[in-house]
Amino acid sequence: MSQLSQRHLLGIKDITKKDIELIFETADNFKDVINRPIKKVPSLRDVTIANVFFENSTRTRLSFELAQKRLSADIVNFSASTSSVKKGETLLDTVNNILAMKVDMIVMRHASPGAPHYLAKHIKANIVNAGDGTHEHPTQALLDAYSIREKLGSVEGKKVAIIGDILHSRVALSNIFALQKLGAKVMVCGPPTLLPKYIANLGVQIEYDVEKALQWCDVANVLRIQLERQQIKYFPSLREYSLYYGINKKMLDNLKKPIVVMHPGPINRGVELSSDAADSDHAIILEQVENGVAIRMAVMYLLAEKVN
Amino acid sequence: MQKKLILDSDLLDITLSRLCQQLIENHLDFSNSILLGLQPRGIFLAELIQQKLEKSLKKKIQLGFLDATFHRDDFRRRELPVKANETKIPFIIEGKNVILIDDVLFTGRTVRAALDAMIAFGRPAKVELLVLIDRKFNRDLPIAPNYVGKSVNTIASQRVQVEWQAQGNKQNKIWLIN
Repeated sequence: MSQLSQRHLLGIKDITKKDIELIFETADNFKDVINRPIKKVPSLRDVTIANVFFENSTRTRLSFELAQKRLSADIVNFSASTSSVKKGETLLDTVNNILAMKVDMIVMRHASPGAPHYLAKHIKANIVNAGDGTHEHPTQALLDAYSIREKLGSVEGKKVAIIGDILHSRVALSNIFALQKLGAKVMVCGPPTLLPKYIANLGVQIEYDVEKALQWCDVANVLRIQLERQQIKYFPSLREYSLYYGINKKMLDNLKKPIVVMHPGPINRGVELSSDAADSDHAIILEQVENGVAIRMAVMYLLAEKVN
Repeated sequence: MQKKLILDSDLLDITLSRLCQQLIENHLDFSNSILLGLQPRGIFLAELIQQKLEKSLKKKIQLGFLDATFHRDDFRRRELPVKANETKIPFIIEGKNVILIDDVLFTGRTVRAALDAMIAFGRPAKVELLVLIDRKFNRDLPIAPNYVGKSVNTIASQRVQVEWQAQGNKQNKIWLIN
């Protein structure tokens, strides 16, 4: 018998270590389910879930949708680009209209940090944050930590370097919270312009030299340069970024011990990660994607509430 | 709280031997039959039966564990969700004679969920149900066991407590608790 301490998953900041462990244990079972010939269980057959995406997404949306289908939930998809949001409807009105059609759970991605938190205060349905601006992306952090646990046995005591555009990354913040709650040591590495000013207050180490970061860590989580969020120039050119912060196979082969390379996707091959590094034995990028479905199944299964 | 011993260790051993003889009577050399223990507690009984069968038939008997948590019909109706356990079926059940094994048969809802969960792994030729304790007159569904260790008359408020050595108890014992 077990339950999450929260009725929403808004961010890793709000959940406990026990919650994370419960999600992992449940995900173990779902990972088993999605590797069976019949990859489906009827658990959520009386639950309706709306995927409300105000921002573009391929992986996360597909992953959530598959997770929902494998739990037998009914789904409606909504994307802002083809909706009345364009006509000037507010977020709360949009969501309340969806809920009026008897939806039990909302999976939301929004460009504004805190949008799901705002929604959680005003509506009754369970909310899963699928990324809010540059703030949090909890399910990504859970699947990253889960993949580390699967690959290395546990997260506790492991050294994880998050490398790249930390400033614009919601994955970085959620990862820092999740890894620290599970007892890992976290380092962030990137050009000074792409590291947030007060990031050290979170208790992470800061490194500007990517070679040193790779030497230090057991796991390198490489992040994408989010050009779409960069209104000003943070570095001279992509080529220069790639020269100083890009990771290639040779760098990985020259390390004293083998490390695990992760990437939340989409990869810009040749920028933050070279093709030979992304396709090497070090990388567990596709395992992360597989685990994403299991983690999201676990989260939605555990959030589904008692029928009244 | 009153506790009444239904089966002690010796009687349990005799009962298990009888169940194994009944199984052998119907499945002969087990060439096309497999055992499937239901999580969480049916697996201990299934392991004991496997050991006994292997001893008398002098061959390996296939045993799998089945978890029906995600197929239960009381999800979102209980106060707390039930924690899932491992499913381990390292063989093909298509066309096999499957013997489902659980410790206590009460409402029959777990067995219904288990049948549902099992179908995801293939279509068995035949499915039978073996239970150690059959709580008569408490069934919610039309489910009946093929092999019964002991039938007991109980009322719904009573509880059957099964203690397995494999779970760290001193002896295998089955209690009826008021």
